Amino acid sequence: MTLEPADRVDSVPPSGIRRFFELAEEMDDIISLGVGEPDFSAPWAAREAAITSLERGQTSYTANRGKRELRTRISRFEADAHGLSYDPDDEMLVTAGASEGLDLAFRALLNPGDKLAVAQPCYVSYVPGATFAGVDVVDVTTRAEDEFKLTREVLEASGAAAADALVYCYPNNPTGATMTGDELREVAAFCREHDLSVFADEIYADLTYEHDHTSIATLPGMRERTVVFNGFSKAFAMTGFRLGYAMGPADAITAMNRVHQYTMLSAPTTAQHAAIEALDSCLDEVDEMSAQYDRRRNYVLSRFEEMGLACFPAAGAFYAFPECPWDDAEEFAEALLQEKRVAVVPGSAFGEGGDGHLRISYATGLDELKTAMNRIESFIS
Amino acid sequence: MSSPREILDLLGENARYTTEDLAHMTEFTESEVEAIVTEFEEAGAITGYQAVINWDRLETNGERVRATVELNVALDRETNYGDIAERIAKFPEVTSLRLVSGDYDFDLTVEGDSMREVSHFISEKIAPIPEITQTVTHYIMESYKEQGIEFDDQDDDDDRLSVSP
Repeated sequence: MTLEPADRVDSVPPSGIRRFFELAEEMDDIISLGVGEPDFSAPWAAREAAITSLERGQTSYTANRGKRELRTRISRFEADAHGLSYDPDDEMLVTAGASEGLDLAFRALLNPGDKLAVAQPCYVSYVPGATFAGVDVVDVTTRAEDEFKLTREVLEASGAAAADALVYCYPNNPTGATMTGDELREVAAFCREHDLSVFADEIYADLTYEHDHTSIATLPGMRERTVVFNGFSKAFAMTGFRLGYAMGPADAITAMNRVHQYTMLSAPTTAQHAAIEALDSCLDEVDEMSAQYDRRRNYVLSRFEEMGLACFPAAGAFYAFPECPWDDAEEFAEALLQEKRVAVVPGSAFGEGGDGHLRISYATGLDELKTAMNRIESFIS
Repeated sequence: MSSPREILDLLGENARYTTEDLAHMTEFTESEVEAIVTEFEEAGAITGYQAVINWDRLETNGERVRATVELNVALDRETNYGDIAERIAKFPEVTSLRLVSGDYDFDLTVEGDSMREVSHFISEKIAPIPEITQTVTHYIMESYKEQGIEFDDQDDDDDRLSVSP
């Protein structure tokens, strides 16, 4: 039989988010707190740079690793913002979103049958990405009582010691959890002891509100075993440009680039022009957007507290992850959508440990957020 | 950590935020917010609360005529810029008045119900002030952005997927 899905593809179920998307799409007049991307448009200067590059006819491929002007700026930005030091020529690869970078890492740095420890709940692509690469997943389930942080205890309990690599995302989607430098030290020590590589998805790094973001690659003995992923989608509000980057030791980046050069060739050229401008002139706007998210975060957390919805003080990204007041979070989310026209995503859509919680995205204007909170309050009271 | 300045930023962004909203968005309690706002009001840092209006969107009778006027003045020993500004600013027709650098001295905005009314005001009330040597009036034909708010901003359309990972 031809054109049948391959077994490894067939084994991956459709995203749990899909059902809510379909329900929400059928309804008018909903307020969605189910959106995993900024409500802001990309900064105008970045958009204008994209337009100008098109007017100038700059529509060719770029170098596989990305335009050098962009890589040098990323290198400088990561040094200033996160204390990371990566050579723009040998230790950096510009990708079509951080998601492409993670897929490249799974395929280029792991062998089929290797074990990848996946800290969950997490972004929906890690487990399927590992499966497509023929890699076995070790579920590392973070716990509500730890505010969904990764701890030595959960790593040990999950059997991650036997894994070849660990992938995590902090600040985290869907929980909004962050990890401080001290908390990461414990994870770093575990990875050194058990010789795990680390794939650190830091796409929300610049949306960290209560402390400075620490990259695990800055901790002793970690740079050589870590690939860091970041991009322009979240803090720069440039999701549709599809632009991210990976930074790591030269050999790892060379291996990832080998897959990238045959599958993607180069990241979108127009987006690279926009990103150069974004790094040159839009950092103030990033700060302003971050300040706005922080206010909304305070707003949402205060309202949850007042309405008696238990929620840990999520300190990053643009998500809060309250406990669901009903036993069945999916049923709750569906009823909330049908009766109050507010869309939220049940935590179970994000893998192990998410059950019994709701992902609330506050990437929504304050007026809508206020109306949505009023509706949730009246729904649960 | 919240600072009183944050309350100013928030009110500058939307003066209709309630005390409760402001308390929810910051680390202040409602009574602290009230005290901060009162302090700014008393110190004259907050001087008013106004809506940003796109008059073109009103279908009937709402349209206001606005003009920016460049003024040149001649000072003497007894009269400084402040003295002249005080006289001009008192007229309710004048909605803004600024001393500026460059080819002219004052930049003012005048509002009225008709072009005739605005012209009449400038020729009868402003031009005759003895220190004023020249006026150049520019009627505003269309406004695209006021006080940081873009009118008819297409960025407002939310074209995101309603639910996404």
